[in-house]
Amino acid sequence: MPFNTLKLFIIILFSCLLMACIGGESKVTTGNRDGILHLGNGTEPQGLDPHVVTGVPESRILRALFEGLVVKNPYTLELEPGVAQRWETSEDGLVLTFYINPAARWSNGDPVTAHDYVWSWQRAMNPAMGNLYAYMLFPVVNAEAYTTGKLEDPNDLGVKALDDLTLQVTLNEPTPYFLQLMDHYSTYAVHRPTIEKFGKATDRFTKWTRAKNIVSNGPFNLSEWLLNRRISVKKSETYWDADKVKLNGLVFYPTENIVSEERMFRAGQLHLTNDTPLEKIPVYQAMENTPFMQAPYLGTYYYMLNTQRAPMDDVRVRKALSMAVDREKLTRTVMQGLVFPAYAITPPGTLGYQPPKLFDYDVEKAKALLAEAGYPNGEGWPGLELMYNTSESHRKIAVAIQQMWKDALNIDVTLANQEWKVYLDALTQMEYQVARRGWIGDYVDPNNFLDMFLTGGGNNKTGYADPLYDELILTKAPQAKSKQERFALFYEAETMLMEEMPIIPIYTYSTKRLVDPAVKGLPSNLMDSFNFKYVWLQAENTTKEGE
Amino acid sequence: MLRFILLRLLQAIPVILVVITVTFFLVRAAPGGPFDSDKAVMPEVKAALEAQYRLDLPMSQQYFAYLGDLAKGDFGPSFKYPGRDVNELISAGLPVTAELGAYALLVALILGGLAGIMAALKPNTAQDYIPMSFAMVGICMPTFLLGPLLVLVFGIYLEWLPVAGWGDIPGDKILPSLTLGAAYAAYIARLGRAGMLEVMSQDYIRTARAKGLPEWQIVVKHALRGGMIPVVAFLGPAFAGLLAGSFVVETIFQIPGLGRFYVQAAFNRDYTMILGTTVFLSTLIILFNLLADILAAWMNPRLRAQLGESK
Repeated sequence: MPFNTLKLFIIILFSCLLMACIGGESKVTTGNRDGILHLGNGTEPQGLDPHVVTGVPESRILRALFEGLVVKNPYTLELEPGVAQRWETSEDGLVLTFYINPAARWSNGDPVTAHDYVWSWQRAMNPAMGNLYAYMLFPVVNAEAYTTGKLEDPNDLGVKALDDLTLQVTLNEPTPYFLQLMDHYSTYAVHRPTIEKFGKATDRFTKWTRAKNIVSNGPFNLSEWLLNRRISVKKSETYWDADKVKLNGLVFYPTENIVSEERMFRAGQLHLTNDTPLEKIPVYQAMENTPFMQAPYLGTYYYMLNTQRAPMDDVRVRKALSMAVDREKLTRTVMQGLVFPAYAITPPGTLGYQPPKLFDYDVEKAKALLAEAGYPNGEGWPGLELMYNTSESHRKIAVAIQQMWKDALNIDVTLANQEWKVYLDALTQMEYQVARRGWIGDYVDPNNFLDMFLTGGGNNKTGYADPLYDELILTKAPQAKSKQERFALFYEAETMLMEEMPIIPIYTYSTKRLVDPAVKGLPSNLMDSFNFKYVWLQAENTTKEGE
Repeated sequence: MLRFILLRLLQAIPVILVVITVTFFLVRAAPGGPFDSDKAVMPEVKAALEAQYRLDLPMSQQYFAYLGDLAKGDFGPSFKYPGRDVNELISAGLPVTAELGAYALLVALILGGLAGIMAALKPNTAQDYIPMSFAMVGICMPTFLLGPLLVLVFGIYLEWLPVAGWGDIPGDKILPSLTLGAAYAAYIARLGRAGMLEVMSQDYIRTARAKGLPEWQIVVKHALRGGMIPVVAFLGPAFAGLLAGSFVVETIFQIPGLGRFYVQAAFNRDYTMILGTTVFLSTLIILFNLLADILAAWMNPRLRAQLGESK
């Protein structure tokens, strides 16, 4: 008898399975028909308040919901009108005037005004807000003093509404990259009545960003937010440039597990992924009409050296270690040719800036330097610990470099991995000798990389300190008369930095994602910045569906 | 019986207090804080953040303030997700995890129960060895291996079932339930076999056979209740374990459940979220153990008699 029960059970189970398969049509197919883009977005966003959150997944959703004064063209990264129809810079470069598009609307129909910006920027810089990106607005007069609590009155900030549609911003010094920041979410305007309806202006905990509450000014409106499941946005009717928006909506999925994400892509559940597992890349690369897309990304992967601890306090040791790393081989083998060797902190080609290349892979020179420092052929080497945050790819790179150092210099290096928050704590306390780090640019300008190494800078943590360097970055570069002069000053500073070698640059990042062939108008760019306004969906073999 | 339940409930209170206290101080003792990030945080901004979350108060004040909130049923705001409080995050994740757990348990009971009974009816034959070998494999095979294997076969090659999601596409609940249920099915098979073997050798089964009852009646009517006692004792902790331990399956299938929140909270140093989920789950575990004990007592006349004597 139990055998019969078992048979019955098996039959039921399989009929369930079969019934489940009748659902058939994939999300990509329905999405192509309805103009809905389904995309993997990395993680669940922390939130959707532009003055609270930090992070790439958040920025992508915010970019769909809001619009800055100025936006970047996704093809060229050049600036084009957003909320501001046009803008002017005074001759001395200190005063910016934005003329707001009279057609710009909030999603509830209210016009977007210059007053919205004044209020929003005061909120973004308010010390009580605890905004991690408050420093983005520090080029504005009195911004830093206000955020650090040295100045009480927000009306003293260098941001004024001359009338409803004219916004005037006064800067401390000419800041060529400031206009770019208008496309960063920390400078977005938020809707004052909505925020005040749900709590204090500086409250981080209110519910104004919920789907039924939020009022935004971008090409899409939030329609659904299911925690850890999906976030859906729909085309906005009130957006000033709505005619140009081709998609009817987007669905963002939190895809923390990149292996699952790749499977979702293969099963037609996603149009595009956030990342691609390294081990799958060769398979995709071998495919004809591959959906795999790879592009340089504005970020550098490097090792920080604690210059205050022996043996790293000797510049010859630092240089020897850096020269003994065969970056070409590392990027070709461990990273499967997906990233580009780096010899300086600034990624090459940031708006025409080329960083200096002061050294190359040179074992003989590295050996000589190490011998000079008192460790000929590794004799008397006191040992060294290389630290990285727990991750398989960081481990692979560390193992490769450990071996390169052993082979080239005959020195022993131990590896240590730590969980992320423990790791950050150790870096902040400078409790390390060599530690892995990555820096992704917030805007396309060498300044964004070079100002990390100012004396005592919060992101420096290598012990590197040089008043001449500080002067170049803080005083001379902002005073430069032309872009060429400015870049020459940056070049000089970066040369100084790489001569002291407080960091070992390893590679320049690249984005690697899978994109369905139906997705159009989504070019790769250095910032990995999406402008969903330009995107549309067009399935190539629609004839099969009986067109 | 009532006294037994009340006593067990009272015993639970100090246990939960200890859990709260230990967790509260342990998470704060761990290196790194909730506001440490990749990019340097300005001291003024950090101070403002800490003030918003009461982290600027002395530790003892933070502790008693937290206990006070907890007494009101308020787990506090999440550090990682501003604008959401822990109560909301738990109530968003719990139904999903509970549903997944319930399906998994169902899969486990049906598969494991059947296998166990089959094996016990003809011990030391192929009917015993085959399901028990599968059970052994089931116990040994971790979910992070079984899940992707099932996805590969049913999701990618056969294209029968969705590979991820929960409630988005019809059928997306099947693979996660099977994956999570498999290991428990294996345990239940082994426990069920042992329980049934013991019962089937009892005198009252022999009596039933002597009366000429058909074998299936003997199994279903007489043996099953006694044979399943070990399984029931296992169910309470198993269900609690399913709630707390579904993290791996939730990650493989991108399921928005409590397990994922729980583990992420630890990585994020989301103090209130770690505390909230720990307290909530430990309460659940205590309750389910109690329930399992009550159920076992109800099913087992010997235990019932013992409890009756101590009245």
